[in-house]
Amino acid sequence: MFQRLKNTSPELVELNLDGQPVSVPTGISVAAALLYLDAKPIRRTAVSDSPRAPYCMMGVCFDCLIEIDGQPNLQACQVNVARGMQIRRQNAAYDSEAM
Amino acid sequence: MKTDFDTIIVGGGLVGAAVACGIASRGTSVAIVDGEDGDFRASRGNFGLVWVQGKGAKHAPYAQWSGNAAKLWPSFESKLRDTTGINIGFQQNGGFDFCLSEQEWQVRSEEMRSVAQHTQAVFEYSMLKHTELKQKIPQISDDVIGASFSPQDGHLNPLYLLRALHQLFVLLNGAYRPRQRVVSVQPDGDGFILRSGSTRYTAGQVVLCAGLDNQRLAKELDMDIPVHPIRGQLLITERLKPFLRYPCLQIRQTQEGTLQIGDSHEDVGLDEGTTLDVITALATRAVRIFPHLKNVKLNRAWGALRVMTADGIPIYHRSERYPGAFALSCHSGVSLAAAHEKLISGWICGDQSDLLIPEFSVDRFDVSKTQKHIA
Repeated sequence: MFQRLKNTSPELVELNLDGQPVSVPTGISVAAALLYLDAKPIRRTAVSDSPRAPYCMMGVCFDCLIEIDGQPNLQACQVNVARGMQIRRQNAAYDSEAM
Repeated sequence: MKTDFDTIIVGGGLVGAAVACGIASRGTSVAIVDGEDGDFRASRGNFGLVWVQGKGAKHAPYAQWSGNAAKLWPSFESKLRDTTGINIGFQQNGGFDFCLSEQEWQVRSEEMRSVAQHTQAVFEYSMLKHTELKQKIPQISDDVIGASFSPQDGHLNPLYLLRALHQLFVLLNGAYRPRQRVVSVQPDGDGFILRSGSTRYTAGQVVLCAGLDNQRLAKELDMDIPVHPIRGQLLITERLKPFLRYPCLQIRQTQEGTLQIGDSHEDVGLDEGTTLDVITALATRAVRIFPHLKNVKLNRAWGALRVMTADGIPIYHRSERYPGAFALSCHSGVSLAAAHEKLISGWICGDQSDLLIPEFSVDRFDVSKTQKHIA
C-alpha cells in the first residue's frame, strides 16, 4: 500500500518484529516501518478489542501504540528505528493488571 | 416592552446550558449568550462525577437537593440520549470514596451519618471495611482500610454532556450566541439590556450562569454573589482494559478505558496551570490505592478552576430589587444538571418552585437576615 519516495536513502537497518528479523529503511519512525512492512494490525484496543494501525503519524492520535524493547504502549510514530530494536505488536488488549 | 428574548442566560457552561434547556422546553424564547473559548471554563475541565455522598454534611437542604438531583439523573439521561442520540457514558451503580487511615475512616463515618440524618435517611450509604471492599474492587492495596459507598453516585463524560445539552438547546429552538462576552447587564424598565462588544441584547429576564464572572455581573443587578476559584488538577492515563466498575472520588475509569485521577483543591487565584508536586501527589495516591497502576503512563494533565461559593453550597438567587434577574453559582454542574434542567428552570419560569430552592439564596450570608431566622 505504501511506497518509499524515490530520492530517499537505500540503506537498510535490521531490527526484530515479534521475534523475527526484518530490514527497514534507516531514518524512519517505527510507525512508518510497520506500515512499510505491512504489519497491520499492530495492536488491539483496551476496551473493544478492535484492531489498530498507525494513523496520524504525528503524535496526537495514540493509535500506533506498540511495545518497543520491553516497554508497552509507546507511540511508534515518536520513535525512530534503530539497529537491533525489539518490537512487539500488542495483539492482546493491554492489561495493566498483567504487567 | 418588546425584547429580543424572553430570557437570556449569560454563560453556556453546564449550569447555563442545563437551565436553558429546561426553560426552552417550556416554550418561551431563550438565548444563551456565551463567552470565549479561552475563558475560564470549569465545564471543560470537569471530573465527571454525579456525586451525592458527603455533600451537605453541614447543610441539610444541600444534602436533600443533591440526593433529589441524583434521582432525576436516569430519566434526564434517557431524554438526552433520545433527543440528541449522544451517549454521555452515564453510569449510576454507586461510587466509593477510599479511606487510607483509621482517622479518615472515623471522619468519613461521622460525615456520612450526619448526611443520612439530615435527609431522614433518603441518603443511602454504607461503610465497607477492607475485606468487604476487596470483593467489589479486588485490585485495592492493603493500605486501603475501607471506603464509603453510596448507591446514588455515578459518573459520565462531562464533555459529551455539555455537547448534548447544547444540541438539545438548539433542537428546542434556543438561540446560542458564542464569543459574546457580556461586559455589562443593566435593568431597563421591566427588562434588561446586555452589552457584548458592539452587540446589544434585550430580555425580560436574565439568568447569570457566568461562573467566576457572576460576582462582577451580579453587582450590576444589586446582587452580591460570593464566588472564588479553587483549582483542581486532573491526570489522564493511557487506555486500560476495564477494571474499575465504580467511580471513586479520586479516580474513575471512563467508558473509553482511560483513568481520570483528581480531587486536588488549591486556592491559587486565576491560575489554571498544573504543577509537578500536585501531579506527583495525585499519581502517588492512585498507585497507593491501586499498586498495579505503577507502570501505567500518564498522557496528559490539566488544571481547571472550580466555581466555589463562600460556603461551598450552591447559590440560586433572585434579585430583590430586579425580580427578573437571577444568579446561579455552584461547582457541581454535572451532579446537579438534572435538577437545574427541571427544577431551577421551573422556578425561573414561575411554573412551580421546589420548596428547597429558597434555602440557596444568598440571604444565608446576610447576618441581619440569618439572625432574624435564628430568632
